Amino acid sequence: MNTNLFYILFVAILVENYVYVQFLGICPFLGVSKNLKTAMGMSVAVIFVMVLATAVTWPINHFLLETYQLEYLQTLVFILIIAALVQLVETFMKRYMVPLYNALGIYLPLITTNCIVLGVVLLNVQSGYNFIESMVNSIGGGLGFLLAMFMFSGIRSRIDKSDIPDFLSGLPITLIAAGIAALAFQGFVGIAENLFT
Amino acid sequence: MNKSKEVFFQGFIKENPIFRLVLGMCSSLAVSSTMIASLGMGVSVIFVLVLSNIVISSLRKVIPDMVRIPAFITVIAGFVTIVQLLLKAYLLEINNMLGVYLPLIVVNCIILGRAEAFAAKNSVGYAALDGLGMGIGYTIALLSIAFIRELFGFGSLFGFRIIPEEYTILILTLPAGGFLVLGFLMAVWNKLAALQGKPKAELHCQTCPVAGLCGEGLIRLQKTDDVEIKDEYIKSDANIEKPDDSVIYIDGNIKPDTEEETI
Repeated sequence: MNTNLFYILFVAILVENYVYVQFLGICPFLGVSKNLKTAMGMSVAVIFVMVLATAVTWPINHFLLETYQLEYLQTLVFILIIAALVQLVETFMKRYMVPLYNALGIYLPLITTNCIVLGVVLLNVQSGYNFIESMVNSIGGGLGFLLAMFMFSGIRSRIDKSDIPDFLSGLPITLIAAGIAALAFQGFVGIAENLFT
Repeated sequence: MNKSKEVFFQGFIKENPIFRLVLGMCSSLAVSSTMIASLGMGVSVIFVLVLSNIVISSLRKVIPDMVRIPAFITVIAGFVTIVQLLLKAYLLEINNMLGVYLPLIVVNCIILGRAEAFAAKNSVGYAALDGLGMGIGYTIALLSIAFIRELFGFGSLFGFRIIPEEYTILILTLPAGGFLVLGFLMAVWNKLAALQGKPKAELHCQTCPVAGLCGEGLIRLQKTDDVEIKDEYIKSDANIEKPDDSVIYIDGNIKPDTEEETI
């Protein structure tokens, strides 16, 4: 049981990295990774919202949607829950947790329609994880996002200093660098099965 | 008539959603490994985009400004659910190929971006044309990425073998290949745009109301909601070039004020 949880965590962080392997959350990945500080703030906010969204959507899916055979409403229900949840958290933080709000508040409204949050929630349901497994998967996915952002903001600060042909500069070279970084993550394929069995 | 033609065709090349507006990157990278999956995704996006543009445009005077984003998301999620059910019923294979990226059309920036930037400001006819044009532009872009990835990665097109298996390039079928092919194609588009004296493609927050987090997005947020942002955040990210308005906004070419005109 415990190895199973470690397996899920390991796979979510490295093997199935949500950014490099599953292409979720590319917009903030390309947009915010310019600067380490904003990259970290965004990542922490994403982890926070992802874990919270999983904690709320899993019981709703299990006790409401599955009980009444309303699974086809998952997409609609989940995105509305996430949107409402983010708004609620933002209001709550603004009122009661000012330091935390100052650190993360500006990122929260932008996360609502970020595909990584909805993606994790949907993948948890599709994989048939129980509550604890879903939570571990969300934390792992968030840590994987943090790792990707941390790595890539370093790469981008190096790119900024180098001399790049004009037509490649900007987005193209960023995407190509991301491709090479994604190639590194291919190295983890197959490791997890041997480590945990 | 010219105006409707322009609205329809601008999504193809001039404002191609992927290569020029840089919207909907997640799905374009994920499903573009084969032509069939790309076509399935493209048609699903066209369906959702046209119908949600029509509904949002016709409701644009009813929806209060404060809750417009949740209202848009609800409309879009409804149509995505319809597509999901249709694909599950009639094209199960494509449904399985697209996997989680099919429900993720809900949060695809193209759809929300067009709803916010165009459908909420223009009449129903133009919104439908814009949705169709943008959807076709998205499909063209997806197919062009998939063409390279499937032809050289798997050695086939639409599943028919063209290049013998020994000569295929494995990396193109991997996730890394998606990033690489998109990067190089975008470089080609930038070069072509530069030859015509147009600015490079950049991530824009104007067309992508919630997903973009570049400097302009933060500044805009500070103006609209009274959110406190430390100066350092703005300074650090605000060195993004302010893109030419003609690239992003329809408003430059078509005045939104004249929306009452019929096509």
